[in-house]
Amino acid sequence: MAFKQVSSPHSHARQSTGQIMQLVLLATLPGLLVLSYQFGWGLLINILIATISAISAEALILKLRNRPIEFYLRDYSAVVTAVLLGLALPPLAPWWLVVVATVFSIVIAKQLYGGLGSNPFNPAMVGYVVALISFPIEMTTWVTPVSLLAADVSHPGLLESLAIVFAGNSPVDGVTGATPLDLFKHSDGLLVEQIYQNNSLFSAASFAGVGWEWANVAFLVGGLALLKARIFTWHAPMAMLGTLALMSMLFWDGGSSNSPGSPLMHLFSGASMLGAFFIVTDPVSSAVSNRGRLIYGALIGLLVYVIRAWGSYPDAVAFAVLLGNFAAPFIDNYTVPRTYGHGQSRRATDKETSE
Amino acid sequence: MRRIWDTPGGVHPPDNKAQSLTSGIGQLPLPEKLILPLTQHVGGAAKVCVSVGEKVLKGQKLASASASISAAIHAPSSGWITAIEERAVAHPSGMSAPCIEITCDGEDRWIECMGYPDYKQATPLQLRNLIADAGVAGLGGAGFPSAAKLDRGTHMPVDTLIINATECEPYITADDILIRERADQIIQGIEIISHLLGTPKTILIGIENNKPEAIAALNQQCQGTGIEVVSFPTKYPSGGEKQLIYILTGKEVPSGQLPADLGMVCLNSGTAFAIKRAVIDGEPLISRITTLTGEACDINRNYEILIGTPVSHLLEQNAFNPDLCSRLIMGGPMMGFSLTSSDVPLVKTSTCILAPSHTEIPDGDPAQACIRCGLCAEACPASLLPQQLYWYARADDHERLQAHNLFDCIECGACSYVCPSNIPLVQYYRSSKGDIVNARTAKATAAVARERFEFRQVRLEKADTVRETKREARRLATEQAKITSPTTTQSSGSSAADIIKAAQLRGSTRQASPEQQKAKLERTLMAAEMRLKEAQQRLLQATTNGSADQQTQQLASVEAAKRKVEQTAQRLTEVSH
Repeated sequence: MAFKQVSSPHSHARQSTGQIMQLVLLATLPGLLVLSYQFGWGLLINILIATISAISAEALILKLRNRPIEFYLRDYSAVVTAVLLGLALPPLAPWWLVVVATVFSIVIAKQLYGGLGSNPFNPAMVGYVVALISFPIEMTTWVTPVSLLAADVSHPGLLESLAIVFAGNSPVDGVTGATPLDLFKHSDGLLVEQIYQNNSLFSAASFAGVGWEWANVAFLVGGLALLKARIFTWHAPMAMLGTLALMSMLFWDGGSSNSPGSPLMHLFSGASMLGAFFIVTDPVSSAVSNRGRLIYGALIGLLVYVIRAWGSYPDAVAFAVLLGNFAAPFIDNYTVPRTYGHGQSRRATDKETSE
Repeated sequence: MRRIWDTPGGVHPPDNKAQSLTSGIGQLPLPEKLILPLTQHVGGAAKVCVSVGEKVLKGQKLASASASISAAIHAPSSGWITAIEERAVAHPSGMSAPCIEITCDGEDRWIECMGYPDYKQATPLQLRNLIADAGVAGLGGAGFPSAAKLDRGTHMPVDTLIINATECEPYITADDILIRERADQIIQGIEIISHLLGTPKTILIGIENNKPEAIAALNQQCQGTGIEVVSFPTKYPSGGEKQLIYILTGKEVPSGQLPADLGMVCLNSGTAFAIKRAVIDGEPLISRITTLTGEACDINRNYEILIGTPVSHLLEQNAFNPDLCSRLIMGGPMMGFSLTSSDVPLVKTSTCILAPSHTEIPDGDPAQACIRCGLCAEACPASLLPQQLYWYARADDHERLQAHNLFDCIECGACSYVCPSNIPLVQYYRSSKGDIVNARTAKATAAVARERFEFRQVRLEKADTVRETKREARRLATEQAKITSPTTTQSSGSSAADIIKAAQLRGSTRQASPEQQKAKLERTLMAAEMRLKEAQQRLLQATTNGSADQQTQQLASVEAAKRKVEQTAQRLTEVSH
């Protein structure tokens, strides 16, 4: 009788790519909850719009490419891109901004390169940067954290939020404001201490900036859970955060008027933790070896600091990640691990053949 | 306590060993026929030394080792040779190979065995010959002829002998049960090997800590022998030769070299047992322990099977249900290969027959995209980058594949095991290795062909020059003769003046009969033109379906014919004017 011919190994571990993506989604929940508490309904609406656009765009392109739609949608990668983008875009941003950023992520940054696994750049970050460059006003309007709202002002409710997002209604005065990094950047000529005293964003904060610090802690928690579940290794995120901390310590300058800010502010503001655990760890666009990921993470940490401190944008994770993506193949060339039985590691472009 | 080194990577699949360990080693009823492939080992096929129709006894040699790396084959039972022909054998490709078929007579009558219980009196060469004559080959699965492995030759002296009892593949318990039941004979075997190798300083038995009973049995037998039993944490693939050497000694076998280059010899525990049988009892390798396991068989246990027993016979005896079986695997679930038919025989390297149910080993899902998650790189025991190898394999980028040390991949399957996208990575690597080897061979063949062509060109040129010189010499000689013959009175010592005179004379004779010359030249021209036409036709043929060599040859003859036509035509015009 005839039996099936199959190549070894015959056993497989039970974790699938779809499951990994679902775990990543799950791990964003603490961050999402804290952000929603701090900034209202806006982020959930973002995520909803982004997810619908992402799935539609992915399905459309898969259809055009004659690929099985359901099979590829089940890897959840489009949803992950959408959720990360929705978390990064400002709450209460107009719906079309979210749609443009998401569709660009999925269609241009991902599917045009060949779909999941073939994109050289992180799709969510490409979409974010496209939106940031194209619509600077919408992209830099953030909502004020809940604890800093004036007594007679509150975040818009769900319906009101939907009206702002879809109908273009303007939010009530005092609902939108600057982010800590924004504020810090535009407080030239003041000592760090003065900035902290003058602004409730800092003075009312526990250790970094109101609203943002706890959101960052929440993303850190989610990220550590993923690390524990061995979804990624510690190399890239720790190298990024370590470099960011190191740089902000080196250039702290005693809190002078030239100081670009404290290590705590840099680690727990903006997209630091979201970036470190959910963006830098994107395996597709990062360096591949552990050694390579150390360098890759450190490079991104360095770039984040350089752009925040001396560039013209208050936050820099998206730019830094894209620049890191550029460098990844180059890093890979020099960081091939040493194979068993070889005296030293080789380069990826080594011409000499080993027999 | 000996220090244990931890290898990078590795995976922990469920070990599934308990089900085949509920009973001891069993015996099967004699099959009707035994099929013995001539290649059950690494190296040259054995050379048949019996003929069809011959009656053979159990243990009689049927085929002898054909080269230094080869192994003899013996009759596992008495009977008649009923065929020597191509049969389907156990091979990943499902191919056929030359086999000897024995129809058993049921008597199972032994040939007289000459044991050598007093092996310490024997020289290493004698012992090696005994082992070679018994057809012992590595029983762990690789099947490397043991006598060749134990041949010290020009290698450095052996200071470490490692016995591999790791058995890291899930499901397989053949070594485990053999150690539990016959540890004493294994130790005897190790002592023989040790004596043969000039008593290495260190003798280690490496075994995973998931076999406590086997470890206890070994420890008991090893007391006072100087043999050290080293158990270490269970992790697949610790039983790979290179991995085991690292775990026990912290040394790596350099890429492209052998353990012998480090002064080490590594043998499977089952092989040590076979060597004991061969030397002390004089029994050749005609049986081995094979695990039969998997939910598609009612009975899961180990058998001492005769080499050559058809897999179907083993399955039939154990209530095998083909409807339950998702695939039939020879070897373990990590490195074993699927059999397309159960008619193939069990051979010296058959550690296990695994007949899993559909729930046990389900059919794989289709492969998803590689997201370079790196789980494979973390699982790789050789510290390769499987995800990169995969992309380069798909792109047929041989250079990058080699730069990423593809050939150091041991095909253990840990990468595919953990791949969340279910990509058959090992299959890609095997295929790429094959492609690269083929490309190397093609390149080497092309280089030889080019060399031969160039050599031929030089030879032809040389021949041309020689011919030219000879022609010139003949012409001079003829002229000489012409000058000397009409004026015989003159002396043979011709001066320059004589030659000039002769040339003038020849010129005048030529002028004397222009008609004749013209006619002759016209004939030559016609013939030359015909030859040219023929040559052109041959060239056309060669360009459509000839080799490069033939083409150049034909091109040369066309050129030569053309030259001839031109020359003749020119001379004709000269004569006509």
